[in-house]
Amino acid sequence: MLRVENLRKVYQEGTKRAFEACADLTFEVKERELVCIVGPSGAGKTTLLKMIAGLLTPTSGVVYLDDEKVTGPPEKMALVFQDYSRSLYPWMTVEENVAFPLKHRKLGKAETSELIRDTLQSVGLAGAGKKYPWQLSGGMQQRVAIARALAYQPEILLMDEPFASVDAQTRADLEDLVLELRARYGVTVVFVTHDIDESVYLSDRVIVLTPSPTRVQEIVDVPLPRPRDQVETKELAEFSHLRAYVWRSIKRPETADVPA
Amino acid sequence: MNETSRPIRVLGVGLEIAVPIAVLAVWALLSAESTNFYFPPLVDIFRAFGDTWLFERVGTDVLPSLGRLFTGYAIAVVSAVVIGVALGSSRTLGRMVDPVVQFLRAIPAPVLIPAGILLLGVGSGMKVALIAFVCVFPVLLNTIDGVAGVDPSLRETARSFQIPWRERLFRVVLPSASPQIFAGARISLSLAVIMMVVSEMVGSTNGIGYFVLQSQRTYAITEMWAGIFLLAILGYVLNVLFLLVERRVLRWHRGARAGAG
Repeated sequence: MLRVENLRKVYQEGTKRAFEACADLTFEVKERELVCIVGPSGAGKTTLLKMIAGLLTPTSGVVYLDDEKVTGPPEKMALVFQDYSRSLYPWMTVEENVAFPLKHRKLGKAETSELIRDTLQSVGLAGAGKKYPWQLSGGMQQRVAIARALAYQPEILLMDEPFASVDAQTRADLEDLVLELRARYGVTVVFVTHDIDESVYLSDRVIVLTPSPTRVQEIVDVPLPRPRDQVETKELAEFSHLRAYVWRSIKRPETADVPA
Repeated sequence: MNETSRPIRVLGVGLEIAVPIAVLAVWALLSAESTNFYFPPLVDIFRAFGDTWLFERVGTDVLPSLGRLFTGYAIAVVSAVVIGVALGSSRTLGRMVDPVVQFLRAIPAPVLIPAGILLLGVGSGMKVALIAFVCVFPVLLNTIDGVAGVDPSLRETARSFQIPWRERLFRVVLPSASPQIFAGARISLSLAVIMMVVSEMVGSTNGIGYFVLQSQRTYAITEMWAGIFLLAILGYVLNVLFLLVERRVLRWHRGARAGAG
């Protein structure tokens, strides 16, 4: 589904201030898979995600989506940004926000409004359509952003630390929402986070990144049973084990390839 | 949200109305016995106001003035927004043009009246052009700022959803810049009134500014004061109307700011 090959990004290349954010990244995400990308802060996670999303041109290397090279934002892809307050449009109502990306899709009027109603309902916001984003709590705003992404009917959903700025309880609810929506819509999910618990709880596989210049430190399989549950899953010995494993993997000091 | 209780709000509005009335009453009392030729009794000024502006000279002076005002202002706002979007969208272009804009902006506009008369004559065209010239800059500079300052996340969101540029412009860039555009437009509106009066005082055969100057020259001092009164009322009403429009259009902005707190 998604293939990332030898991706490298150097900001301001050729100048004194050149900064290598991503050194060499290669991995693959299979159809309907939920993959979390974790790494220490400043590990170029957002840079990587923007390159996958076609918002940032890599210095070298290629991103393939269904064997097609990504050169701009692909139509099969939708993004949920970290900062909902800066990705929802405050001058549009919730409904208008969700409808905005659909305008240039050739959908009928009835079809569009049904799509909006369905997605808002599936994120638990039925009836909030006429409100403005700033009239909602942070968690609800992020639900709107998720609804907007789903209404776009993507095959793959990219999420950039989407729950970093909500409280713990809301975060747990939203994590479960993502699992539920993935099961319902059958969408592939790439989820960037710096929270190790979150990555293990959600994932089929966890891709661990090194500090920048970023490489893939290791890819960890997460064979925990589904459906997952905030209490029961996290109680499993396997969960603690994986959590500790990922933790050590992130903390492992980089030995090879120290940049000059 | 405003949490002021109802009685206090009523009191506030009451005072807003009562204070101007009290000021006028004091003025009327103090001037009632006035025999000073230059400071006629307020009642006389009001009488002259009624005689002049209700509605005898509306067609000959008020409407031409308002026509120039709104034409010049409209030309200024529209062109400033169009140019401002272009300059604000491209950093290079903005930088290139900035010295020219700053240079033109530094010209005190009334000094252009002689040149305007030479180039455009003494008709309405000259006045409209000068009003437009003055009003362009506050809106232009604010539009450039507003457009350049659109949150990158908002732009990226639009780009990731493949929103066509037209939609991006009208539904993302302009709304996002609109609080700043409105702030500039409000400054321009008061400049427009000033420039209208000044241009009518120099080369004109009608208009409110012309009327005030002409009254003073023919020793019709009460009429002169009546003209000044009309200009004050005009400025006040324009500002109130502007705020009403702004409040409607930028409702989301006030809400979003209150919500962020």
